Amino acid sequence: MTISKDKIKIEGLTGDSAIAHALRQANLDVLAAYPITPQTIIVEDYQRFAADGEINAAVIPVESEHSAMSACVGASAVGGRVATASASAGLALMWEILYVAASMRMPIVFTVANRALSGPINIHNDHSDGMGMRDSGFIQLYCQSCQEAYDTTLMAFRLAEHHDILLPVMVGIDGFILSHNVERVEMLPDDEVEKFVGVRAPVDPLDPNNPLTMGPLALTDYYFEFKEQQDRAINRVPKVYKEVEAEFEKITGRKYGQFETYKTEDADIIIIAMSTMGGTAKVVADVLREKGEKVGVIRLKMFRPFPAEGIAKAVGNAKAVAIFEKAMSFGAAAHPLAMEVRTALYESKERPMILDFVVGLGGRDVPPTTFVEGIEKTKEYLKAGKAPKYETLGVRK
Amino acid sequence: MSMDFAKGITAFRWHGRGGQGVVTSNQMLGKAALAEGNYIQAFPEFGPERTGAPVRAFLRISKEPIQVYAQVYIPDVVVCIDPTLLEVLNPAEGLKTEGTLVLNTESDPKDIRDRFGFKGGKVVTVDASTIAMEVMGRPFYNMPTMAAAVSATGVVEIDTVIGEVLNRYPGKVGDLNKVAIERAVKEAQIG
Repeated sequence: MTISKDKIKIEGLTGDSAIAHALRQANLDVLAAYPITPQTIIVEDYQRFAADGEINAAVIPVESEHSAMSACVGASAVGGRVATASASAGLALMWEILYVAASMRMPIVFTVANRALSGPINIHNDHSDGMGMRDSGFIQLYCQSCQEAYDTTLMAFRLAEHHDILLPVMVGIDGFILSHNVERVEMLPDDEVEKFVGVRAPVDPLDPNNPLTMGPLALTDYYFEFKEQQDRAINRVPKVYKEVEAEFEKITGRKYGQFETYKTEDADIIIIAMSTMGGTAKVVADVLREKGEKVGVIRLKMFRPFPAEGIAKAVGNAKAVAIFEKAMSFGAAAHPLAMEVRTALYESKERPMILDFVVGLGGRDVPPTTFVEGIEKTKEYLKAGKAPKYETLGVRK
Repeated sequence: MSMDFAKGITAFRWHGRGGQGVVTSNQMLGKAALAEGNYIQAFPEFGPERTGAPVRAFLRISKEPIQVYAQVYIPDVVVCIDPTLLEVLNPAEGLKTEGTLVLNTESDPKDIRDRFGFKGGKVVTVDASTIAMEVMGRPFYNMPTMAAAVSATGVVEIDTVIGEVLNRYPGKVGDLNKVAIERAVKEAQIG
């Protein structure tokens, strides 16, 4: 049954603060982190909760992000519920341990305020950091709103710690655009969250009384088997995610899916975008539909594992797919999101024309007019029957 | 054909300088709107904040969930809390024809209209600097300027804003801000 309204606390919270509250309510055992903009508020708020005695987790202020993720791996290995937060260069410094966390099957929740990578140094939003770590083995969930950031952080623990999964989860919010944006957030009562997230039941944790070795050397003999198991685990995510979300929907009435479809059924042109851009795209679709243009939107939430079959089905018979993405894979056959979408659609009977618009790098604003520009170009390319492999919009050329 | 991407949304753009409380007053007005049952987005123009540098902040208020995530380009209301910024920018830029321009200034609405060529909507002036110095003894003129914006637009009840201010600053600071807000509401000129 949905929790009654009088028990819900409505607050104006930034994306970072909303995540901090979710972490507070999730009853962590350990949070280890190193500050970096625009993620900082998450850890600042969480440390305030700790200082005020609202939580009894161990907060470890480490000396670098490499250590942050290492501390998380250690704490997770003894069976704790563990979280950290980072962005951009900080995330990059975790690189080695990201792969260790995933391969050792540590269910760490990693909240990221997505930010551009240097250089030049830039503190603003794009998806370079998230896309860079896409092959690390983390599950990746990208959020559109502060409410979704709160909800997703709570669900992430259930997903990560599920015994069919046991993988770390990245929860991404757009740096500044969401991390520093105060929105209306409905917070669940603490006891209801406690019931929902439960207590982690670790599988074979480190225990001094029953010593075991974890994460040892595996060469030609067994390394490949570890990867085989990791691969199977991440492919079980869609089923478990659906179950977790169904349970969450029961108490909140909210669900997001692996991706959200908006007016796609009869659409000629479908925009595919992630995070806050998905929201703007829906507003653009509404306005263009008033002018008689059949535009729909797929807002992708789960980038890993990538819901390829679902996306192909949702695209259906659309004439064109216009991808808007905030990352570049320099020299690649396609940029990260387009690479996935093109692959997903390869086996479709009638493949649509696929446009790839790279936008918003380093925090360049992506207003509705940028989407309109992309749609106008898409229409021209449809008419001409050919299109460039990709295009950048909103940049001096 | 013009396209409206902000249906049902009241959008604010704030101007001030780093350290003057632009971000805070923007959030406070947003939280007041939230307390009255609205959906909001309150965010600064992001960047490494430097004391004294011009900063902007944006606020969207709507009865429906807000899904557009971008800066505000065509505001309904512009609020400028620093009089010295009027030397370097035109606060009416992008403002809707029927919009409201709210300034902390010693000038009156007619002078402002002449100076910036803003013919439409409303111009609201308030000498928030003097109010802040007389009431609080310090240049906290963000709250009195916001008060003028609230009373001129009616976007929220002034009492809701005062409630948020007292909540955020319990004790003397809140009480003095309340006095400054109430005085600004009385002294604001609309023309």
